[in-house]
Amino acid sequence: MKFGVIRFPGSCDEVDALDAAGRVGEAVLLWHGDRDLQGVDAVIVPGGFSYGDYLRVGAIARFAPVMEEVAEFARAGGLVLGICNGFQVLCEARLLPGALLPNVSLRFICRQVSLDVVRPDTAFTRACQDGRPLSIPVKHTTGRFYAPEDELGRLEASGQVLLRYAPGENPNGSLHDIAGVCNETGNVFGLMPHPEHAVDPLTGSTDGLKIFESMRAHAADRVLV
Amino acid sequence: MRARVLVRPKQGILDPQGQAVERALPALGFQGVSGVHVGRLIELDVEDPERLPEMCERLLANPLIEDYEIVHTDPGRP
Repeated sequence: MKFGVIRFPGSCDEVDALDAAGRVGEAVLLWHGDRDLQGVDAVIVPGGFSYGDYLRVGAIARFAPVMEEVAEFARAGGLVLGICNGFQVLCEARLLPGALLPNVSLRFICRQVSLDVVRPDTAFTRACQDGRPLSIPVKHTTGRFYAPEDELGRLEASGQVLLRYAPGENPNGSLHDIAGVCNETGNVFGLMPHPEHAVDPLTGSTDGLKIFESMRAHAADRVLV
Repeated sequence: MRARVLVRPKQGILDPQGQAVERALPALGFQGVSGVHVGRLIELDVEDPERLPEMCERLLANPLIEDYEIVHTDPGRP
């Protein structure tokens, strides 16, 4: 299982994403200016502050050369995981629905949150079958998930909401307490919490590993098919 | 031609920045202020103003969450 982790100018969480993915498979760095995805099975668009969040979070990174290849990769059914800033980039690139707005509190929030796994049967959550919530940290100022009301209804009905903040845990005012959504075909997933920061007992929770393990299991199945 | 693009949050979307400013003004002694929204101003010199809407749709604004207004200013003045 080979993961590719993108580095944009201003990214910072690609470092932990490489470490996390490396615990589950092979992990390589994908430079924003390169169009070569190096034959990876999955692409991770990491957290951080790509292009300094200039203009709008993720607005500039979406036009990086590597993102054209990621769009093609996603169209062909490849797995794409967007974490925090990565989620923002994927929304700006219209690879995911909705948008991320400033936290209702206008504050930078950095804390552990409890996440309910709404769909434990997807490429990104199939290792979360025990019915327990995931304990994963968030750290962001612009994490309020928004979509127009009719679009929200469609997302809920089609099972595209994969993770929800547990009752009382919503740190940013995301509509419907949405923490992570996927696209219609279920191969592109974005979430605001940082699974790559919850992979080692040193930081308290290893629940984040389950997302990477899910992706490896999914990729393994596809090889057999 | 000098153009200004005003980008503002779409009506109906919660704007906590606008609310924060609206709350701060009375504390400074300014009464009777409501409906405050905070947006963004982008100024640019363009040779082909026809392409401005496309620039707005693709980069300068996110049409899902923002409205934009293009203002063409007198080419002879800033």
